[in-house]
Parts: sequence; C-alpha cells; structure tokens
Amino acid sequence: MPDILHRLNINTTIAEKILTGFIADQIQKVGAKGAVLGLSGGIDSALSAYLSAKALGAENILAVRMPYKTSSQASLTDADLVIEALGIRHITVPITDMADALIRQFPDMNNLRKGNIMARARMIVLYDQSAAHGLLPMGTSNKTEFLLGYSTLYGDSGVAMHPIADLYKYQVRQLARAMQIPQPIIEKAPSADLWEGQTDEGELGFTYNDVDQVLYLLVDARYTVDEAVDEGFERAFVEKVWKRVKANHYKRTMPNVAKVSLRSIGHDFLYLRDWVG
Amino acid sequence: MQIKIGLAQIYPKLADVNANLTKHLDYIQRAKADGVELLVFPELSMTGYQVQDLVPEVAIRAHADDPIFAQLLSASIGIDVVVGFVQRDLRNRFFIASAYLSNGECVHIHRKIYLPTYAMFDEARYFDMGEHVRAFDTRFGRVGMLICEDFWHMSPPYLLWMDGADMLILQSSSPSRGLDGGDALSVARWVELVNQAYGSIFTNHVVHCNRVGYEDGKNFWGGSSVVSPDGEFLTKGHYFDEMLITQMVDLNQTHRVRSRLPLLRDERPELLQRELARILRRDGQ
Repeated sequence: MPDILHRLNINTTIAEKILTGFIADQIQKVGAKGAVLGLSGGIDSALSAYLSAKALGAENILAVRMPYKTSSQASLTDADLVIEALGIRHITVPITDMADALIRQFPDMNNLRKGNIMARARMIVLYDQSAAHGLLPMGTSNKTEFLLGYSTLYGDSGVAMHPIADLYKYQVRQLARAMQIPQPIIEKAPSADLWEGQTDEGELGFTYNDVDQVLYLLVDARYTVDEAVDEGFERAFVEKVWKRVKANHYKRTMPNVAKVSLRSIGHDFLYLRDWVG
Repeated sequence: MQIKIGLAQIYPKLADVNANLTKHLDYIQRAKADGVELLVFPELSMTGYQVQDLVPEVAIRAHADDPIFAQLLSASIGIDVVVGFVQRDLRNRFFIASAYLSNGECVHIHRKIYLPTYAMFDEARYFDMGEHVRAFDTRFGRVGMLICEDFWHMSPPYLLWMDGADMLILQSSSPSRGLDGGDALSVARWVELVNQAYGSIFTNHVVHCNRVGYEDGKNFWGGSSVVSPDGEFLTKGHYFDEMLITQMVDLNQTHRVRSRLPLLRDERPELLQRELARILRRDGQ
C-alpha cells in the first residue's frame, strides 16, 4: 500500500481557530445558550467536546453519556476523562429501556437494526436536552464516516451543526493530539460500541489510514478511480470505497422534493441556513 | 506623498443592510479619528456574500437620493471610502459593485466583471456581469478597483495599469479553503503570491481588503494587506479576526522603484494588441 498520508497533514492551529470560531458563530446566530453533545468516550466526540469548550466555555457545554446495557465500561471511563479534563457539565441518561421497548418486540432483530435504534434513541435524548436547556445539539461525525455512510440517518447524523465533518479520521487524530486529548482516547481502536467487541475497522474491512488516503485522492484531489489505482492502491479497494461513497449519498443530502410549483423548497427557494442569524 | 490607508476587515451581517451601514459608519469614524485618509471595505461589505434570493431586498441604487447610499456619501467627507454593495440599475439588473466615495461624491463605481460559478461559487446565477475596467483619478493619484475573481485573472489588473492606475484597490469575500500542513490556507498563499506579483510586475501599490466571519459553514480568511511597488508586504492583517488595519504608505516609492525597474516604460501594449488580434482572428476561424 502506498503512503500519501503526509498529504493529509493539517495545520492544527488554523484548524482549531476556524472550528472554534464556527461553533461560537453558530451558537450566537441561533441564540442558543450553549451546546449539548453525546460523549461516547471515542475520539470524535472528545474532540468535538474540546472544541466546543474552547469556543463557548466549559460552563456552556452539556455532555451526555448515554450507555446501552452492552456498552463497555471502558467507554464510560474514557468519557469521564474528557469531562474531568474540561470541567464541563454532564449527565448520564441510559438508553436501555428506550431502545429495548422496541427491540424486544422483534426477537429476530439483527445488530444493524439494534445499532440504528440505539443511535436514534441517543438523538432523541440530545434533542430533548436541547429543548430543556436551550442548547444546540452538536455533531461529532468526521469526513471519513460521512463519506462512507458509516452512520445512522437521523441518529448520530441528526444534529444542528457539524464542526469536524470536513476532517478525515487521520486529521481528527492530528487535531486531537494538538489539543492534548487524553492519550487512551487517541490510541484505542475506534468503535461505535453498539455491541461487544465491535471495532470500526473490523466492521468496515479496512483501516482508517488506508481509506482516508483513497478518499482524499478521490474527493479532495479529484483523482479518477484509475488515477488512484496508478498511485498504487488496489483497484478492488478503490472501487469498493467509491461505490460506498456513491451508495450512501442519500445520507448526506436532504430528501428530494417533488417539484410542481414555480418556486420550490430544495430547488429554487435559495437562502442560507444562516438567513436567521 | 504619504497617505494613511485603512483596511476595514469586517464581518458583515448577512443581508442586514442597516446593521452593516451602522458598522460602516462606526469604522469610518474610528478610521478618521486615527488619521486614515483612504478606508477600504471588503467585497459586498454592505450585504454579506451569499445573499442568493435576497439580492433584490439588499440592492441599493448608487445615488444620493437612496437613503442608505446618501449616508455613505456623507460619511466620505474628510476621508475617502471604498465600499462593497449590491447595485440595482434602473432596469432591475443587479451587480456586485464597489464605489469610491470622496468628499460626499461618488467618484467611481466598478462592477465585478468575472462572476465565478465553479466549486462553491454561484454568482452568475444572481448577478449581471460588469462590462468595464477603468482607472480613475483620486486625490491620491490614479487608481483602479477590482473585486475578487476579477483579480484572479491577470488581464483586468493589466488593463488598469495601462489605463494609468498606480494603485490597485482589491476587495474580496474569499472563503477559506485548502487547509494543509502549510503556515496559511492554500487560498491565502495563492492570493498573497498574486498580490505580491502584481506589486512587483506593475511596480504599483496593491491594497487588498478581504472580509472575515462565517456564512453557513464557510468562513472568510481576512489577511488584508498592502503590498509595495517592490512587491513586499507593508502590512498584513490577522487571519480570521475582525479588525481595522492601518498603514502609512509612501506613494513616492512608486517613482523610485520605476527608476530602478522601468517595466511600465518598456511595456509594449501595441505589440500585445497586435498579437492578441491575430490570435483572436485565428481562433475565430
């Protein structure tokens, strides 16, 4: 496998400046009091918490731990590391009862369905806390999982803003190191922690470092599949990645609106989301 | 001749012309108090950048009987001001425009001639293209104005140089992009390289004001600057931060550099015209 990872290197000072500015700007424009985010113990939500605390002040962040009965204790402990380091407000809302109320009605439900239910239960908790405290639900998705569609529609993708969704996992790690996020969180194998022993890379079938390089070439640098293969990446791998990006585009776009009028939402009714700000 | 130039590196509020007018008047007041004689605002400083379907609501007429424009004119007494706005013409066409205001008069209006429609840009959907590149006289000598994409092409600054401009005033709303391992965003490095090249090649002062702030997920990188006729930065504002930048500029440096480096004297525009005419004829066949 070739190594072009150096092309993904980022100036972390600039990244931090832009992303903290973005968070502060969004909160101010909608008139929220701060942000609420789910803290899983993983690197993405940890980085989002660090950026949010820096942008808004620790007292304006509410971290929510939302364990399901199968969630690992290590995840809760790692989430605690972030809470303690930042001094942010936090609560724990177990989702086992919420999720199981649906899951037990379908005894043959597979892990994918269960995982989606858990992700959506967490979204419900975050939006409820949002309404309770006037806080904006903060996204924690990165560019790699967004492009691969490795997320649950209206679950972890159901948020009000995306501070790190233009950073590949490799870049998330760089920024996490620069912001001195606790080492155990940076080093452990990424996992959605939806069932015991799950890891992202095991489930995806490739490593983040490998896929980040291919995605960088195809998306950012606009290489064709053939050109990425010429760089030395295996054709089957490149094709699999690109097919996955395409197949999951629906997760990155708003649902299509059937146009019949002269001026239609989603077609030619064009205002920024920041219109209200 | 020494002049003090100000760069109002502001964060305009999207589509809120009244709020932006207040901010302009505040910056003008502050700059005046600081002895600034020429204050430059960024592209679309009165409206924000991505106004999209709000264009008709934010457009103004560049005329003393327009209540907004009238206040900008009044504010230009004692300080020359360059503002960015959406100009509505009498036939309901809209332009991205910049106005040079001095002593209560509108000296010149430039309408953006290159409207980008690639990548994240969609300007030609909303705006009509300007048709003219003209230098004009000010109390600080002959000047030319361009707006953002206009100076990503090299012909407009060249035309202004040939039309007698000894200073280029460039306005932009340049979105941040190209985060890599470098000391600045790749877009900032590109613009800075080009501004230094214009200063060097035209032996001109290059005054550039770029906005800051956020519109949806996009942000604007600021870094407004003044480049000397030697191609060196006299000043460069912070990236990303709203601020008023001021710089004393010695306009006499232009003739000193041109004594050493007579690029303007030796330029052969007739040759350019002849060869270009030939090339265009050939392409037409």
